[in-house]
Amino acid sequence: MRALVALAVLAVIATGLVLALSDIPFGAPDSRVGPHYNRSGREDTGAVNMVTSVVVGYRAFDTLGEITVLFVAAVGLGALLHRTSRPGGGDDREPASMVLTTGCRYLFPLILLFGTYIFMHGHLTPGGGFQGGAVIASAFLLVYLGCRGRRIGRGWASSVESLGGLVFVGLGLAGLAAAGHWFLSAFLPKGTPHQLFSAGIIPLIYVAVGLKVGVELTGVIDRLMEDTQ
Amino acid sequence: MSFLESNVYYMGALGLVLVGLLVILVRHNLIKMIIGLSIMDTGVNLFLVAVGYSRGGTAPIFSRAASDPAAMVDPVPQALVLTAIVIGVAVLALALAMAVRLHGHHGTLDMRKIRELRW
Repeated sequence: MRALVALAVLAVIATGLVLALSDIPFGAPDSRVGPHYNRSGREDTGAVNMVTSVVVGYRAFDTLGEITVLFVAAVGLGALLHRTSRPGGGDDREPASMVLTTGCRYLFPLILLFGTYIFMHGHLTPGGGFQGGAVIASAFLLVYLGCRGRRIGRGWASSVESLGGLVFVGLGLAGLAAAGHWFLSAFLPKGTPHQLFSAGIIPLIYVAVGLKVGVELTGVIDRLMEDTQ
Repeated sequence: MSFLESNVYYMGALGLVLVGLLVILVRHNLIKMIIGLSIMDTGVNLFLVAVGYSRGGTAPIFSRAASDPAAMVDPVPQALVLTAIVIGVAVLALALAMAVRLHGHHGTLDMRKIRELRW
């Protein structure tokens, strides 16, 4: 009965979606915004990666809202899984083998380095703060799975997180004060495209976003792992 | 061939959304419903990227090989999907945390056995 109702609902939704999709031609977008960004993005923002120039150049304010959403989700997770005291040393599982522990120890800095590379070159190559942050969180996940018992320090994590957010907002306010046009206006020199130190405030914002996202996702992992122990 | 070529991404995205919705509607296990939510999310992301594709277009990144802005695909849907993936992770984490709490409270993840969530 329940399956039949579900299938009927799906059939109605599928018909509606197919009717809507048949009006959208594939491969020939009608948008004028995207081609405009492609044409003038390099001059306007100094970034070579147009996706980055949209995310932290033209629409940086949206990105600020997005990292706020991520922050609220991390806080909500902390509130849902809150415990007054950490379970102390009650881990009766077998310790990880030496191969696993050594592998973790040597892979961890390399993954961190790779994540840092991704968010520092967000304006030049595919990548950026969110992707680099996810890679950094994956390094911490490896440590959580491989070297049991090691965990991120809460105070240290929350200060890096706050620093990331403050740098983002501070750069926005500095742009407002220096250029006087709008929040997050590009007030630093754009430099030569294809150089590491170019594109004004974009690499700085992406470094802040990368650190913040990496630490926040690590906090999510930490909360979820803690509750299963 | 032409029909398939011009519709395969839309069909894939639609299929993923419908599969995810079916899982949410039919399954009783909360973890499986959350997996269905994640599959739906993937379908929406695939649809957004497919909308921005232009035939024969390159990635919207200037390099030695690609320097013609007219040949690049639309960067706006890609920026949107970048956002949507991160929000999807946040939603997934929050949903899993609620599942953990529900399991701690009721001792089960079966929706038929949790009276307040039955339909």
